[in-house]
Amino acid sequence: MTLTYDQAVIKYEPTLGLEVHVELNTKSKMFCGCATEFGAEPNTQTCPICLGLPGALPVVNGRAIESSILIGLALNCQIAPFSRFARKNYFYPDMPKNFQTSQYDEPICVNGYLDVEIDTDEGKMPFRVEIERVHMEEDTGKSLHVGGETGRIHGADYSLLDYNRAGIPLVEIVTKIIPGAKKYAPQVARAYVTELRDILRSLGVSDVKMEQGSMRCDVNLSLALAGSGALGTRSETKNVNSLRSVERAVIGEVIRQSNRLETGERIIQETRHFLEESGQTRPGRSKEQAEDYRYFPEPDLVPVVPDTAWIETLRAQLPERPSARRKRLQAEWSVPDKEMDSLVNSELLDVVEETISLGAEPARARSWWLGEVSRLANEREVAPTSLITAASVAEVIVLIESGELTDKLARQVIEGVIAGEGSAKEVIEKRGLKVVSDDGALMKAIESAIAASPDTAERVRSGNIPAAGALIGAVMKSTGGQADAAKVRELLLKHLGQG
Amino acid sequence: MTNIHSTATQMSDALSAGTITSVELTEQHLDQITKVDKQVHAFLHVDRENALAQARDVDAKRKSGQKLSALAGVPLALKDVLAQKGVPTTCGSKMLEGWRPPYDSTVVAKLKQAGVVILGKTNMDEFAMGSSTENSAYGPTHNPWDLTRIPGGSGGGSAAALASFEAPLAIGTDTGGSIRQPAAVTGTVGVKPTYGAVSRYGLVAFSSSLDQAGPCARTVLDTALLHEVIAGYDQMDSTSINAPVPQVVAAAKKLDVKGLKIGVVKELSGQGYQSGVLQRFNEALDELVKAGAEIVEVSCPNFEYALAAYYLIAPSEASSNLARFDSMRYGLRVGDDGKASAEEVMNLTRHEGFGAEVKRRIILGTYALSSGYYDAYYGSAQKVRTLLIRDYQAAFAKADVLVSPTCPTTAFKLGENVDNPVAMYLNDIATIPVNMAGIGAMSLPCGLAPEDGLPVGFQIMSPAMKDDLMYQVGGTLEAALVNKWGKTLLSDIPVLAGK
Amino acid sequence: MAGISRDEVAHLARLARIEMSDSELDHLATQLDSILVAVASVQEVAQADVSPTSHPLPLTNVTREDFVRPSLSSEEALSGAPAQVEDRFKVPQILGEE
Repeated sequence: MTLTYDQAVIKYEPTLGLEVHVELNTKSKMFCGCATEFGAEPNTQTCPICLGLPGALPVVNGRAIESSILIGLALNCQIAPFSRFARKNYFYPDMPKNFQTSQYDEPICVNGYLDVEIDTDEGKMPFRVEIERVHMEEDTGKSLHVGGETGRIHGADYSLLDYNRAGIPLVEIVTKIIPGAKKYAPQVARAYVTELRDILRSLGVSDVKMEQGSMRCDVNLSLALAGSGALGTRSETKNVNSLRSVERAVIGEVIRQSNRLETGERIIQETRHFLEESGQTRPGRSKEQAEDYRYFPEPDLVPVVPDTAWIETLRAQLPERPSARRKRLQAEWSVPDKEMDSLVNSELLDVVEETISLGAEPARARSWWLGEVSRLANEREVAPTSLITAASVAEVIVLIESGELTDKLARQVIEGVIAGEGSAKEVIEKRGLKVVSDDGALMKAIESAIAASPDTAERVRSGNIPAAGALIGAVMKSTGGQADAAKVRELLLKHLGQG
Repeated sequence: MTNIHSTATQMSDALSAGTITSVELTEQHLDQITKVDKQVHAFLHVDRENALAQARDVDAKRKSGQKLSALAGVPLALKDVLAQKGVPTTCGSKMLEGWRPPYDSTVVAKLKQAGVVILGKTNMDEFAMGSSTENSAYGPTHNPWDLTRIPGGSGGGSAAALASFEAPLAIGTDTGGSIRQPAAVTGTVGVKPTYGAVSRYGLVAFSSSLDQAGPCARTVLDTALLHEVIAGYDQMDSTSINAPVPQVVAAAKKLDVKGLKIGVVKELSGQGYQSGVLQRFNEALDELVKAGAEIVEVSCPNFEYALAAYYLIAPSEASSNLARFDSMRYGLRVGDDGKASAEEVMNLTRHEGFGAEVKRRIILGTYALSSGYYDAYYGSAQKVRTLLIRDYQAAFAKADVLVSPTCPTTAFKLGENVDNPVAMYLNDIATIPVNMAGIGAMSLPCGLAPEDGLPVGFQIMSPAMKDDLMYQVGGTLEAALVNKWGKTLLSDIPVLAGK
Repeated sequence: MAGISRDEVAHLARLARIEMSDSELDHLATQLDSILVAVASVQEVAQADVSPTSHPLPLTNVTREDFVRPSLSSEEALSGAPAQVEDRFKVPQILGEE
């Protein structure tokens, strides 16, 4: 009988470890002045240094050091007073020098933590993830594998290498082992990577797009019998390309490892590859022997000794922590948890805040983004923020509040803006969507409706207020929905002696 | 009449005076190369077209009245370990046969800017590993004093080019003595500047924390002139000294050592040294005393361990520096039959492309860095380095410069030590401590050993960043010796010199 | 300390990606043995209280500003390539790739 996840986590306790690689958004590479633009023609952003040509030497990008320190400060780390680069020696064609200039026993930041919040059966629970280290290194080139032609037994397999990406600065963030998450391990993993991503974004040090590879996550997982206090053998899962995959990878590995253990098989310490479609993992590159990286201090670079005054300046510049910001906004807006969660999970918090800052009433800003705009976005399978700007939505909401638009009209305006017909004001103009609030025009429509349904009008005069609804509806219809319904009601009732 | 037997200073004067053109001077040297290099084999590549083009350019500039640097138009031989754009740079290895770098090393850029005429690339031990130039994949260079003997190494080609009057100036590189020992056994002058004084950008790395390019010539003043062209801060080299170049030309002209304390290093002055070498060394000391210097004895007890530490550090760094030669991006590729894997091609290429000494050092270095052995070998060697620096500091507190014979013997026969690596390594016993501590040192001729009539070298070591001191002492000693002999040492070089 | 065995040398040759014949391995093992004996003397003086030196110069904090500088053209970058296809370096199949 195969264990399900829920069964597995009763018998076994997972221990997590998360390694996140972040591509920094510096303009130039880590050790040379080549551009870091995405999507350039192959091998047009290379030089003797990042190609590892004989004789080339590295010089460290100062901005990369600054970004690394900012990351460390945001993660409550100690900034090392003395930090050094080291060579990590191994052979791979995407690594021009066949060593990676990285850091070993003297990383730039150590011993931090990140507090996250997860949903449990008992409600929201805080969880602290301890950070082991933050260090600097360089990215590799990109290889394209070209398969053999069909029909050939010994295929013409070869690989094509583009070194544009080689040498782009990477920061590696490594957690300490994370025990104690128990059955919530998947949520803890996801919450950690999410919060980390939000922090990195708020620092402005990377565009942190997991799908594009500017943020990469490796998930380490081991199992031990619940309550044993032991540590099992861990697996490392790569190719985890989204927040959801982080969660699924943990679940997948818990299921796989627990089922192996149930049948008495050992867990092999290995690197595994996450499979999007199934949520399972498969073994990665098999290595005959564990690599011996033969780390030694990089002789071509000198140590980094960050000035303490400078560190404090950077610390003072840290932006508000995303979790603190969320709490603050939630309090300011008096938003219930569930709605707040929706905003955060749908990644609309920033754009809602922006919409409000442009003059929109907070509750309306939230409901329009979460409601109508999201609905339209889902139909088109795109992100809401790619459909329409905060400025446009704010404009529409302001017009609603001033009475120039009804909700119904506003929906049409938004459709028009999305369709590219122009700004909100232009769409209103073109489509003639303004609310009819001119009393004269309204009275005309009201009189027509009364004339068409004299019995209904009589009932209203006799005190049957609800009957007015039909008349109001008729007025709305005759004005193409552009009448201000509340105004119509007011005028109608007054006219019929009930207002 | 200015000719190939003149000094670079004399050539410079003649060029300024207009009594000779650079083209004429260059042609003379190219003719000499044609005449003698079949026997000497100092050159791996003669760059006739570019040399004459540079010479023409300098002549034109001079004619138009442009201010030129002192060495503009003077020819020079370049050790084949420095990248010169578009010109074959082999490092004496099959691995880089035919490789033409797409960039200039900083040393070459500075030479070009100064208008120096680069005649071609000189022979060397493969990847600078050796003391005899017998490890060149292209056949050894022969000592112009006796063609059956080694010219020293790894920079035997540059030294032999000077001694056979194929060039008045040369550039070498020195990691454990590769400029100084060839200078000693060929009767020429060679300087390893303070580590960081000359940029390593474009110098194909052997041992990054020890390598330095340096000036070579037949006289101390010529060497000083060249030193001032190639030294200086370079932002492309993180280990470059950001300070003005010491006034070495002025120092070389001082011809005064009154009041200077000359420290004779006890551990480098005797045991196992050839008697003729010691004799000439002591005679040179007498000359310095006559010139007003004071001899003091100093002891550097940790020098006993310098050779051992060097033969751990240098191969370790080399094993990493040479990893880039894997056939993927440039250089030799062997075994790519469409079926072999990248790893197989790498293995075969490195088997074919590297000679025995290089392979030996790569394996030794891999061992010294490997897990479990790092502390005992590489780690311990780095500690010895600290002790050597301390020894020098203590010695320089007692003396202004330190001296020793440059190497224990005169030029040995070709083939004599090829099968005995340890005996070969002992050639560097007096030169290695200098590189380990990062200070500067010079070798200049101090006579011919009576027993074999072969040149003996005198080594002067100066404190870090005080390279001018060695030029001051060297210039004074050279003048005293030439005065004593009534001629220069190289006047005695046999028929090969074309006299 | 026991001498270095042929198997150890073979392991090192694998780490260093150098193909070696059995006779080469044997020959190298003998030579390395004598070298290792000679260099082991460093352990005599490498006391715990001596700090290691990685750099002869006491330099720190050498950095460059985050400016873009011209790259090589792709022709120049590929100029030494033993094989290329459409501006990419062509290399033999990399084993065990995902």
